[in-house]
Amino acid sequence: MRRISLTVNGVKHDAMVEPRQLLVYFLREQLALTGTNVGCDTSTCGACTILVNGKSAKSCTLLAVQADGAEVTTIEGLASNGEMHPLQKAFHESHGLQCGYCTPGMIMASVDLIANNDAMSDEDIRMGLEGNLCRCTGYQNIVKSVQQAAGEMRSPAST
Amino acid sequence: MEVLQPTSWGEALAAKEEHPGAVPLAGGTDLLVELNFDRRRPETIIDLTRVAELNEWSHVNGGVRLGAGVDYTRVIAELASELPGLAIASRTVGSPQIRNRGTVGGNLGTSSPAGDALPPLVASGARIELAATSGTRVVPVEEFCIAPKRNVLAPDELIAAIHMPVATGPQQFSKIGTRNAMVIAVASFALTLDPPARSVGTGIGSAGPVPLRATEAERFLEGVLDEEGLWDSRGQLSEGAVARFGQLASEASRPIDDVRGSAAYRRHSLGVMAGRTLAWAWDEYRGTL
Ligand SMILES: Cc1cc2nc3c(=O)[nH]c(=O)nc-3n(C[C@H](O)[C@H](O)[C@H](O)COP(=O)(O)OP(=O)(O)OC[C@H]3O[C@@H](n4cnc5c(N)ncnc54)[C@H](O)[C@@H]3O)c2cc1C
Ligand code: FES
Ligand code: FES
Repeated sequence: MRRISLTVNGVKHDAMVEPRQLLVYFLREQLALTGTNVGCDTSTCGACTILVNGKSAKSCTLLAVQADGAEVTTIEGLASNGEMHPLQKAFHESHGLQCGYCTPGMIMASVDLIANNDAMSDEDIRMGLEGNLCRCTGYQNIVKSVQQAAGEMRSPAST
Repeated sequence: MEVLQPTSWGEALAAKEEHPGAVPLAGGTDLLVELNFDRRRPETIIDLTRVAELNEWSHVNGGVRLGAGVDYTRVIAELASELPGLAIASRTVGSPQIRNRGTVGGNLGTSSPAGDALPPLVASGARIELAATSGTRVVPVEEFCIAPKRNVLAPDELIAAIHMPVATGPQQFSKIGTRNAMVIAVASFALTLDPPARSVGTGIGSAGPVPLRATEAERFLEGVLDEEGLWDSRGQLSEGAVARFGQLASEASRPIDDVRGSAAYRRHSLGVMAGRTLAWAWDEYRGTL
């Protein structure tokens, strides 16, 4: 067993993990943060996407020990003071989900995407979410949701 | 399974010497997938992501020394003007999540003929710096890969860096896959034009046991550009020359039939991609007049 210390959604955690423990199972099983889903565990579907030090990553192909010392953000860390994050609100309002399985990963990938790109075309959003699969929506409303959120997130703060 | 986490290059090399069977881990986008599939069960992993020296790039002898652990997202953001061919290829790797973690060093370590970083390295004559506690050696990228998934790394060696000349002219990369997004190449082609040296470099991916160079295509194009004075005049390249270049590139490949595509399709698509990358690169060269 190895001791790790990391910050998840702003909360510091010290924990003992098996060296071969995957980060996604550490989050789900030891921290009970089950919002991060596992759809494949071969880095294909993107359901397990989280942020590690602000960058999107697939937590099914990261070891928990690799996150020692890191800042991790999961879907549970987006809402603040009971207010949904603009992406969560937009996915809800623009029907960006049906079964919801892909949604946490879609939203976490979108957080990184919006942070790192200025005005995006629908095509840019599709490219940016190429690592995330959805078997329900046909993507149309996901793109719409990301556009809506990107607009909201930029308009108040941008200069 | 044990995971060692060295925090300096010296410690990493010492760990590799002490555990020659240990498997290095960079972005994990190849290795962790293999572990999850249970294709590999290493006793020891050396996590290199904490070794700062590997995550840096710098200018050395007029070229770029790219640390093996620099991820694709950074290659795209920081090196697009100096290593444009590698940056274009990096943009086609996986998805943002994969590019945020995956590294050029890992692409070399895997030594898949389908690795997208490899054709641009071949086209630009990259040299790979390998290190052990006993010393460092530098090998041309074409000698690094020796067979599918096999390379010249000794058990006590790690990949330290990739050395590449700074681009002096247009570089291009083209890749064809079974779909548009997040796809492993069925075939790929990289082109480097070096106007001051009057030379042409090529790299073929996914169409042979290792990344290949289309030497005859290079010599042919250099001949045409010289004889017709096109490096200086920046005049139009004839359709015939572009077509012949494509044909020679296609003939340089040694593809096989596999689940992703047939050998015949690979050969055909390589001819098309070679012609296209040449047309793009030459247009760019003419435009910079
Ligand atoms: C969903 C998905 C999509 C992908 N798409 C593409 C694609 O489009 N194109 C493409 O080329 N690849 C693709 N890949 C494969 C992979 O992302 C690349 O090969 C990547 O460059 C591997 O880098 P890494 O840092 O993640 O390597 P790792 O997985 O960490 O390591 C790969 C290998 O290299 C060895 N290694 C790593 N660093 C060193 C070092 N410094 N010294 C010695 N050995 C070392 C490791 O031991 C291992 O054998 C994809 C993978 C996934 C999961
Ligand atoms: S569960 Fe990680 S990508 Fe599918
Ligand atoms: S909403 Fe069901 S998988 Fe995307």
